[in-house]
Amino acid sequence: MTDAYIYDHLRTPRGRGRADGALHEVPAIALASQTLAALRDRNGLDTRAIDDVILGCVSPIGDQGSAIGRVAALNAGFDDSVAGYQLNRFCASGLEAINSGAAQIMSGQADAVIAGGVESMSRVPIAADGGAWYGDPTVARQVYFVPQGIGADLIATLDGYTRTDVDTFALESQRRAAAAMADGRFAASLVPVRDVIGEVLLARDEHPRPATTLADLGALKPAFLQAGEEGGFAAVAMQRYPSVEAIRYVHTAGNSSGIVDGAAAVLLGSKSAGKRLGRAPRARIRAFASIGSEPTIMLTGPALATHKLLKRARMSLADIDLFEVNEAFAAVVMRFMRETGVPHDKVNVNGGAIAFGHPLGATGAMILGMAVDELERRNLGTALITLCVGAGMGTATIIERV
Amino acid sequence: MYTTLKIGIDADGIATITIDVPDRPMNVFTPALTADLGAAITALGADASVRGVLITSGKSSFIAGADIKDIASAYDRGIAPTVAYQWSQTLSQTFRRLETIGKPVAAAINGVALGGGLELALACHYRVLADDAKAVVGLPEVKIGLLPGAGGTARVPRLIGIAAAAKLMTDGSSVTPAEALRMGLVHELAPRGEVASRARAWLMGKPEAMAPWDRKGFRIPGGAGLTNAAIAQTFSIGTALITKSAGRNYPAPGEILSALYEGTTVPFELALKLESKHFARLLTGAVARNLMRTLFLHKGELDKLSRRPPGEPKVELKRLGILGAGMMGAGIAHVAALAGVEVVLIDATDGQAVRGKAHAERQLARDVEKGRRSAESAAQVLARITATSDYAGLAGCELVVEAVFEDRAVKAEVTRRALQVMSKDAVFASNTSTLPISGLAAASPRPAQFIGIHFFSPVERMPLVEIILGKKTRPATLARALDFVGLLKKTPIVVNDSRGFYTTRVFGAYCHEGQAMLAEGVDPALIENAGRLAGMPVGPLAVTDEVSLELQYRATRQAMEDLGERFVPPVSMPVLTHFVEDLQRLGRKSGGGFYDYPADGPKRLWTGLAQHYPRAPVQPSVEQVKQRLLHIQALEAARCYEEGVVTTAAEADVGSILGIGFPAWTGGTLSYIDTLGVARFVGDCEKLSRTVGRRFKPPRGLKARATSDTPFHPRPATGDAA
Repeated sequence: MTDAYIYDHLRTPRGRGRADGALHEVPAIALASQTLAALRDRNGLDTRAIDDVILGCVSPIGDQGSAIGRVAALNAGFDDSVAGYQLNRFCASGLEAINSGAAQIMSGQADAVIAGGVESMSRVPIAADGGAWYGDPTVARQVYFVPQGIGADLIATLDGYTRTDVDTFALESQRRAAAAMADGRFAASLVPVRDVIGEVLLARDEHPRPATTLADLGALKPAFLQAGEEGGFAAVAMQRYPSVEAIRYVHTAGNSSGIVDGAAAVLLGSKSAGKRLGRAPRARIRAFASIGSEPTIMLTGPALATHKLLKRARMSLADIDLFEVNEAFAAVVMRFMRETGVPHDKVNVNGGAIAFGHPLGATGAMILGMAVDELERRNLGTALITLCVGAGMGTATIIERV
Repeated sequence: MYTTLKIGIDADGIATITIDVPDRPMNVFTPALTADLGAAITALGADASVRGVLITSGKSSFIAGADIKDIASAYDRGIAPTVAYQWSQTLSQTFRRLETIGKPVAAAINGVALGGGLELALACHYRVLADDAKAVVGLPEVKIGLLPGAGGTARVPRLIGIAAAAKLMTDGSSVTPAEALRMGLVHELAPRGEVASRARAWLMGKPEAMAPWDRKGFRIPGGAGLTNAAIAQTFSIGTALITKSAGRNYPAPGEILSALYEGTTVPFELALKLESKHFARLLTGAVARNLMRTLFLHKGELDKLSRRPPGEPKVELKRLGILGAGMMGAGIAHVAALAGVEVVLIDATDGQAVRGKAHAERQLARDVEKGRRSAESAAQVLARITATSDYAGLAGCELVVEAVFEDRAVKAEVTRRALQVMSKDAVFASNTSTLPISGLAAASPRPAQFIGIHFFSPVERMPLVEIILGKKTRPATLARALDFVGLLKKTPIVVNDSRGFYTTRVFGAYCHEGQAMLAEGVDPALIENAGRLAGMPVGPLAVTDEVSLELQYRATRQAMEDLGERFVPPVSMPVLTHFVEDLQRLGRKSGGGFYDYPADGPKRLWTGLAQHYPRAPVQPSVEQVKQRLLHIQALEAARCYEEGVVTTAAEADVGSILGIGFPAWTGGTLSYIDTLGVARFVGDCEKLSRTVGRRFKPPRGLKARATSDTPFHPRPATGDAA
């Protein structure tokens, strides 16, 4: 089997995913094309050497529709011979794109692939693409659909996390993010996003709130109380979890991932492809796996995916130096740490999506890139990147420096 | 040629179809009406002299729906899904032929239009509705476990949008004429006498003979399809809210949403077919049968006082005496006064009696405040209640109901005092919920005129009354009690004497089983959720808190005293005793029982439960808990039936649903056994008897039923299944 290597990666800063966010005027195609072009230019790539461009995108409709992987490559001026596609594994799409690209390389069916993801949540709102999962009454009933936030609050209920517990976690994410930004740790991997006249719209992450306090976080209203009680979803969750007397609504906008716009791209290739491109590998994709889990609580996948992956890779938790666990909601990462016993000082060391935001299709590639950079900065060997995934899934990837 | 309708064609070429189904107080869709309507459409479509069609009713209502008796038997006849589909399509396609007849069609809706009646009107191009409070319209099929199967789910969303259509059909409640106009269900309101002329006037205006959805470029108001965020949310939240309110036991609301969702993503003609398929799924399921049979057919018979002994003369009830002005006595006084009866409400002191009357006063004041009743009428009702401590007021009463404390000695005392004053032909009734009537009747020299009339709390809202015959109660006494219940427009069941009679025994089994599981270490939240998921209105521990642990404890002690060596302690005895004697947690009214009741939030299971009843390491599945909670009640009902306490399966069923909230989807306690299959139920109980406790041992008669495959409700003769 051929090894798949990470040669480089880039990402846009994340803009607040609202009409007054810095990136709202930029359609997803431009976010993706600018990132692809920057990756090409920084590495001096002859794009004819690239076999495929794979972009994760969770709401592939409207601006983001029509196989955005292919169209973004064309729009970035890549050679016509470069194929492209879009894939959707909900929140792990960006990581799944990398895993899929790596799989092509490892199986000898491709030499070099660019994989990543894009999401302009300010322009194409979450769930804009619809779906039988929650919208077809027969299906929603059959699978006990509840929104993710209810799943997160259900985790907190079952694990006994209080509002203070999850807010404390969120505050630490903000603190770490602020420290990393102040230290300039992301500078080498960020592509400033430009407008149509070439002016920079955003050069650093827009979402973090470094000044926030526990009191600020504590003042926020529970985000899913209304959906749970008035929308009937708490009742659905309790039908699936009948030992729960009442859902504890602890998640807020402050301890859940932010809604943002952004894109990321990772250059993958075999050893020989790297030689042809004249690039040195920074890390190797060691193994990856996805799992399915109970879909109503939905967000317990990271620990399950991690266990499956470590087993397949014949590794143990002790072999992993750093963990990136997507901060979809505070309770997701707290559950991961509780189930695996991994200490917080190895997890999301530069903060996570609670501070930076979670541009759905792009996040997996972004946190993989952050892990590569941090391994290098700390001179460590291995990292495990994992995300919880809608409809009850988890995806995980292990990388190691070379 | 037509038996259910008449057709008249006037000089202007307007054909009027007047629907008048013979021998029915209201028009309902029968096979004959469907056939007549089909033939009329063919004839009028071919008649070149006809330029417009007007449809109205020859009765004071328009059409009240379909003949439930006919539909209810479909399941028992083993109807196949394809046959059920065709059944729905027959009416649906008839309406579609009317809609596409090529001539304008107007409905003059002169009165109530429900179910198929409204669906017929919706297939007309124009609808004029009588502006009359009684002329409500609606699609109540969900209440009998079905969906509107004659175009309702296809036409209503195309008329008023998906969200409003979903609400109308999943609620199943009727709307007033003004509301129907506002929603866009009808085009025009007119005085009752003018609906036909207004409809005719529209026809004379040479209107287009086409439904909006048949016009090119038609779009559903508010949009359709899941890429419309509002529509996706309507279906997503709609599905969650349905499972919240109805649990997962009632398939109809979900099928309605599915028919709406699927039907609004395809052309109209295909939507009609999809609707019929979803209708077929419901008609071939047991839940629709159970709802129709118990809550419409059997309840309807009981409401008509089917248990009244034939030939007993009716004695008009003018004056009612009530002993005891507590919660029950005060409630009975209120409902009797509302029904026009003069009430003498007696308690030990004038002050206590007046406090009882104040209950009616408060309720009436609220009615006035909410505009449900005029101040004048409320004053009249209230004036019918005389609150006093003077027993002399009982002299002219045809009936006296005793509703004092559940204590034999107290009851005997007030009975003796009342009988001294009451006329010799008056009837004395006890509102006891547990004490055997024959024993209480011993306090009366006229036990033949002694009976139990068991109301449920709150009296105003609870639709059931359980009438208990003492050993010596004579038929005329029963007749008078039933007439009283009929006057109150409540549903009576008649049972024979037993400790706890029928409903309290079954209800007690539910409470006891919940407490038994608590003692076994089953997670109390699981017990409570399982009760609700099974379809009970509240969990067994919560409901025990409501009635109070003390009351159950006291009833158990009373039984112990009365029965001596024959007393078999209920399985809840250790928990009840511990809570009442050791913990002094007596129930909700006393500040807490199994639950705490914080002033600033919803009740929460008492945190001390885990300490007193540690969680077992292995917990049962929710299905096992549900099964125990429903089986134990059904089993108790079967015992009551076998002991002759309850004498008809219909009364057992209706009584269990209306009296104690046994889940309606089952059709009632004995219908539940039939629905599962008697053999399977007996098998389950035998297994539970081995694994859980001997209380699940099925009685001999039930086992014989299982062996001989004899359900409680006889199966109808199998004929052709359509």
